Amino acid sequence: MTGNGEQVPASPAGRPARPDLLRGLTEPRYSRRRFVRGAAGLLAAGSLAGALSACGIAGTRDTGWKDGFDWESWWSEQSKQGTFDFANWPLYIDRTKDGSPTLNDFSEKYGITVNYLPVIQDNASFFAQISPVLQAGQSIGYDMVVISNGWQLTQMIKNHWLIPLDHSRMPNFERYAAQSIRSPNYDPGNKFTVTWQSGITGIAYDTTSIDREIDSFKDLWDPAFAGKVGMMADDTELGSIGMLALGIEPKTSTPADWERAADLLRKQRDAGIVRQYYDQSYIKALQQGDTWISMAWSGDVFQAQLSGNKNLKFVVPKEGVMFWQDNCMIPYHAAHPVDAMMWIDYFYRPEVQALITDWVNYISPVPDAKPIIADKLDDPTVANSPLVFPTPDMERKFVAYYDPTGVEAQLKWTSIFDPIIQS
Amino acid sequence: MSTKLRTAVVPYLLSLPAAVWLGAFFVLPLLTILGVSLMTGNSIDGFTLTWNFSIFGDAISTYATQFGRSFLYGGISTAVALVAMYPVAYWIAFHGGRFKSVLLFLLLLPFFVSFVIRILAWQFILADDGIVLGALKSIGLIPDQTHVLSTPFAVVAGLTYDALPFMLLPLYVALQRIDQSHVEAAADLYATAADRFRSVILPLSAPGIYAGIVLVAITNIGDYLSASILGGPSTTMIGNIIQTQYVNNANYPIASALALILMVTLMLAMAVYARVFGTRTLQEHIG
Repeated sequence: MTGNGEQVPASPAGRPARPDLLRGLTEPRYSRRRFVRGAAGLLAAGSLAGALSACGIAGTRDTGWKDGFDWESWWSEQSKQGTFDFANWPLYIDRTKDGSPTLNDFSEKYGITVNYLPVIQDNASFFAQISPVLQAGQSIGYDMVVISNGWQLTQMIKNHWLIPLDHSRMPNFERYAAQSIRSPNYDPGNKFTVTWQSGITGIAYDTTSIDREIDSFKDLWDPAFAGKVGMMADDTELGSIGMLALGIEPKTSTPADWERAADLLRKQRDAGIVRQYYDQSYIKALQQGDTWISMAWSGDVFQAQLSGNKNLKFVVPKEGVMFWQDNCMIPYHAAHPVDAMMWIDYFYRPEVQALITDWVNYISPVPDAKPIIADKLDDPTVANSPLVFPTPDMERKFVAYYDPTGVEAQLKWTSIFDPIIQS
Repeated sequence: MSTKLRTAVVPYLLSLPAAVWLGAFFVLPLLTILGVSLMTGNSIDGFTLTWNFSIFGDAISTYATQFGRSFLYGGISTAVALVAMYPVAYWIAFHGGRFKSVLLFLLLLPFFVSFVIRILAWQFILADDGIVLGALKSIGLIPDQTHVLSTPFAVVAGLTYDALPFMLLPLYVALQRIDQSHVEAAADLYATAADRFRSVILPLSAPGIYAGIVLVAITNIGDYLSASILGGPSTTMIGNIIQTQYVNNANYPIASALALILMVTLMLAMAVYARVFGTRTLQEHIG
């Protein structure tokens, strides 16, 4: 476009009539372009050399504490600081308009201010945020974080990014913790973690849309529900359910088992049975009627029932249910470890657990909270729900997840199950 | 300083800020991405540069479907946004009168709300038994099994919806700048309304069409939110893969390689587009 009207008239020979103007316009432009090219080239060469000299991205191995560190004497030197920073998931502690009664009571009793931050939205992205800091050998600014069992937690332990808990400071855990949450396969002896709350992954369905009995994970493959089945987008959950449907124990499964489960899940998807692979929004889809039957977490379904969705039913299938635990842990370099330990001991008291469980509605780590919820808090709906206080029959059906032995195993797992979710 | 020296040096000095900016925020990151994509390893042991060029072939063959789908969805949503927004921009520019600014503001108002919230709102509106489908189903207009969410249609609709302001604004600016006397002159020369549009208005608004297409296509082809919120089992776009590989799997080389392939493909596509359908050629051809 020559919108300014200053068009250069060309002579019949095709030569510009005003060479002065032409030179004035083009010469500096040519040089500028060449200069920019030169500068870019210089920068490129410089950065390439930089990248070459760095020659990679450092791994997270051996960036934590060293083997043989004397944690016992370290703990004996620590003292109460009067404050601590606690990162947790949203809606995961009792709440009133004056804040959390348990946190307030704890502050009052022990003179410790809790800086409570509900900042964790999901394990992978939270881990992606904190791992560069821990890798650099610095404090992440939290004295306690809550991470579910799974690859991120396994890495925290394997990288030595967690401070071993001082069991002498948590007598209430030893006394009140439920058998089902003690010494899990990913953390034998509760060396680094204790359970905050736990839950189960089973099936939920809408009794107004489905009038037959649902009792098996195979029901998620029923062509009668085509397009109305919700599955989870989390590859750990999805793969585990695929194995349970085949009668394979996830904890001791092998890559060959994973392939078989993946085949089954792929068939389910390709037959148009799966409506969608959901994140936490699976419960909304179930409530909205987008799905009739779905993989589901016990606590969500219980809360949906309480808030009016009486037609939703949670099922513990005959193959078993996946039992998961959200765990409290103290990250390496934490500045207030003793205060965090005192909080662990405090929240394992039945009367404290009663308040938290009555609000959160997942599986309580302390069975003794049940009578307190029933009598003192007068909430028999929660106290008598097997989704909050599982019956012994139900506990026998709890199945543990596969715990990756290392990064190769984990990558193998994701390479098998991710292509099903993201096709 | 002599005049000669000054004329020689000044252009360099003037371009220095731009060169530094370009180097630090474009060339350097690009080379870093290239470097990372050529590494092998894992997050625990670390990644080392092994000049693993085969990753590009692997990435393309593994994710060809998602690449193709991204360009398809991006292309459709851009085309629909153009067709939908051209008449709107035209009407406001030519017939908006003193309400032009108010009309534009009203059209842009919903976009003051966060992108994520707006997409989530669509999830609610388009629910199987929601306010739209539920009502249609209850009066028997559509079968009970009909659903919009989890389909390619929902993803493309989400992409299109979000692109509307980015299409509207350049179109409006181009149309607004058209000198009405050109249109009148055409009318004086017995051009019909259709002729006036085809031979005068459309060519003069070509820069707006060009800019709108570039803005929307680039944004939409790389998008991942629409697919992850409104999509179903087989609507994964390349943005979703990059996000999962980077955040969930810490597989930085493959994520970098995919990002680089996407970027280079987009740049090539845009270069071809600029050459073939660049503003001037577009004007000449339509005119």
